[in-house]
Amino acid sequence: MTLTFINVVAAVIIAIAFVAANAAYLVWAERKGAGFIQRRPGPLENGPWGLLQPPVDGIKLMTKQLLIPGGVDKIIFVIAPVLAMFPTIVSFVTIPFSETIVAHNMNIGLLMIFVFGSMSAMALLMGGWSSRNKYSMISSVRAVSQAVAYEIPMLITTITVVLIAGSLDLMEIVGKQTGGFWHWNVWPLKAGLFNILMPVSFLIFFVCSLAETNRAPFDLGEAESELVAGFHTEYSSMGFGLFFMGEYANIVIGACLTTILFLGGWDCPFGLFPGVWWFIIKIYALICTFIWIRWTFPRTTIYSLLNLSWKVLIPISLFNLLLTAGLLKVF
Amino acid sequence: MNEPIVLQPDETFVLNVGPQHPATHGVLRVKMTMDGEYIYDAETVIGYIHRMHEKMAENRPYTQYLPNLSRLDYLSAMAYCHGYVLAVEKAAGIEVPERAEYIRAITVEMNRISSHLVWFGAFVLDLGGFSPLMYAFDDREQILDLLEAVTGSRLTYCYFRFGGVYNDIDDDFIEGTRRFIKRMREALKMYRKLVTTNVILMKRLQGIGPISVDMCQRYGATGPVARGSGINYDVRRNEPYSVYPEFNFDIPVYSECDSYARYNVRMEEMEQSLRIIEQGLDKLPGGPVNPEKKPKTIKLPPGDYYSAVEAGRGSFGIRIVSDGDKSPYRLKLRSPTFSNMHLFDEACRGMLIADALAFMGSLDLVIPEMDR
Amino acid sequence: MIIDTVKDRLRELFPSVPEPPAAENADEKPIQTEPAVGFFDRSYTERGYHLDVKLLPDQLVTATGILFELGFFLETITGVDWIKENSLEAVYDFSRYDFDLCRIVLRVRTPRTDPLLPTITGIYSGASWHERETHDFFGIVFDGHPHLIPLLLPEDADFHPLLKDFKA
Repeated sequence: MTLTFINVVAAVIIAIAFVAANAAYLVWAERKGAGFIQRRPGPLENGPWGLLQPPVDGIKLMTKQLLIPGGVDKIIFVIAPVLAMFPTIVSFVTIPFSETIVAHNMNIGLLMIFVFGSMSAMALLMGGWSSRNKYSMISSVRAVSQAVAYEIPMLITTITVVLIAGSLDLMEIVGKQTGGFWHWNVWPLKAGLFNILMPVSFLIFFVCSLAETNRAPFDLGEAESELVAGFHTEYSSMGFGLFFMGEYANIVIGACLTTILFLGGWDCPFGLFPGVWWFIIKIYALICTFIWIRWTFPRTTIYSLLNLSWKVLIPISLFNLLLTAGLLKVF
Repeated sequence: MNEPIVLQPDETFVLNVGPQHPATHGVLRVKMTMDGEYIYDAETVIGYIHRMHEKMAENRPYTQYLPNLSRLDYLSAMAYCHGYVLAVEKAAGIEVPERAEYIRAITVEMNRISSHLVWFGAFVLDLGGFSPLMYAFDDREQILDLLEAVTGSRLTYCYFRFGGVYNDIDDDFIEGTRRFIKRMREALKMYRKLVTTNVILMKRLQGIGPISVDMCQRYGATGPVARGSGINYDVRRNEPYSVYPEFNFDIPVYSECDSYARYNVRMEEMEQSLRIIEQGLDKLPGGPVNPEKKPKTIKLPPGDYYSAVEAGRGSFGIRIVSDGDKSPYRLKLRSPTFSNMHLFDEACRGMLIADALAFMGSLDLVIPEMDR
Repeated sequence: MIIDTVKDRLRELFPSVPEPPAAENADEKPIQTEPAVGFFDRSYTERGYHLDVKLLPDQLVTATGILFELGFFLETITGVDWIKENSLEAVYDFSRYDFDLCRIVLRVRTPRTDPLLPTITGIYSGASWHERETHDFFGIVFDGHPHLIPLLLPEDADFHPLLKDFKA
């Protein structure tokens, strides 16, 4: 595949459009889902079932004044929301939706996604620190320690999958899982490999992606009852909007990665009609679970969150890595 | 504005929580001296919505002061009106028909449930769980509808009169209340499954915010805060008033002294209130709801009078000093939250900010009542 | 009965008053004719409290200490402006957590011109806010209070709204 300038532009435009549409309508889905869980209708007024709510919200955010409070570090304050959004868009470039639908496949696709994924923690740090607000400051400190703590088990779990697939290429990782749900990485009974810890790994990865995207019950960064609004307390207008969209785009990335690494990507559970629709169904099922969890559980505290990662998730994922490596060597 | 955030020599910094903060449920300010995320010292600043209700009482006849009482604790307004009418009736020697007392007890207990429901929702919201709030408000709506039909208002009730109540209850109310009791019992079961036994919630509340018995005594904590510390103190039982001796109900007491104990006390109190309402409806006598003869202008004989009732948040006391005039010489409102909140400063030292705010929620604050 | 214990303990404070008149009826004998210090039984059904203790300012801390030892908790502190007698009165309400129902009222008077009372925050920490509130409303200075700044009134308030001669 030759990488021409037009190809790149088209890929980026499609990625931006996909991310923006997803982020906007995930907000709508979140509000509808919350309404469903809380016995109320949710957005209702704009369009049928409130479907025009996201564009209206967007217009509202864009027409508001972008206020830069006195005393903030202006350059970093302005860059931070862009930095929250930008890496997620780039990450989409390499995510394969099906065998044919991928903007630009790379043999180190997985590595690239993690590199850009870790940049969003930096955006939170920059946004919170430059805001010159004590709540934002505490929040960004929390966000960074949370990101560090949860990236480790996430990466270890990913290495386990990479060992099984033998590649960092996302296409290949999915390719190894084709042919029905019993071939997916989430199941322990893989041909010649009886790793019973794989479902645990899947859970660890899922929990980590909840924590990485700052979602409840791990939304310590923007714990609204403690830290007002966390790192985006001082942001108004689209500055806030970008942080918000970045969060939802991160959710989509997290769901995509979980699907690719553990749920067989575009593979059909019964080996029939593989294609992009399965991928879409899987990621939205995961996103619905994200929403469901958010509206059911109360928030944890930062220390129990870090304890969970350092004392439970990291040892288990390390043990799983060891076990998988051993099994791969033996069989 | 442009100098950097100043750290004290001992590396603490001051975090100003409030007056506008999501966790303070009103206009309350706590100056916290923080060491990282740990609270080193805290000073609560109140008085942002002080309205000088006590001065207002000196300027108007006893009857005209009735509406003020429901503006103190807007969530359990009935109990405050009850305390006031009981104090004046006792001093002025006004007889109250039995039916009126039963109606008062029923409505006060319904109001107590609605108050605890708001607390329940807001408290779990403090912990980051949003959905229970909506469920609680849904149930509370039923109470408000029932009370609105009888009292004419939904929040700031002015239902009680000296010697009786403003309006008799009808069959619709009785039937609706019985339906509500049934519904509420189901809802409480659901809350227990959904919220009370939730692992995250239990981890966040158990062992957090200990209040010892000694601290309760030094600060004069009452209500669920004292009962969560193993003190079996409820004005309804310790100092029976109105028709409460007629009812068979328990006072839930937990001796764990933590936020979870206070949470459980309130959840069980709702069940006990349902029992009281049920018995009240069963035993409801006939007859008038207002005395046949009642003095036109109420004048209290000179002297001072103290009267206490159990409001949603603790012991609400009212001290009236009378010089024989038609308005009080001095009227003091003893608000339970005032004493309960005061111990926050001492108790929150060394806590994480997240725990401290959960602890603050477990005290069940209503700021207008504290500021009066 | 705890009330007898309280009386026994309080008797030490009033050596000059031999034996207070028992079960005094407030209606027959107006308050003004009572002695200025001493303790008096009150009818609970009429007044809502059992024992009325009138103290001199320097007896206050001792009396409060006795009540703290006996397990009473502080309900509230109230001020009353007796402008005709040119004095301010601070009223301390105490109650109990157990079922031995006993409400006790301590009263202290101080001149209007220079109101000064000792603080009881050393015994009841919760008195701090109550005393600050009384200081706000009546201008009574509580000697030894660690933090006597306005609580309910604005921090720069220099008026005392519950004084009878206060004009807004």
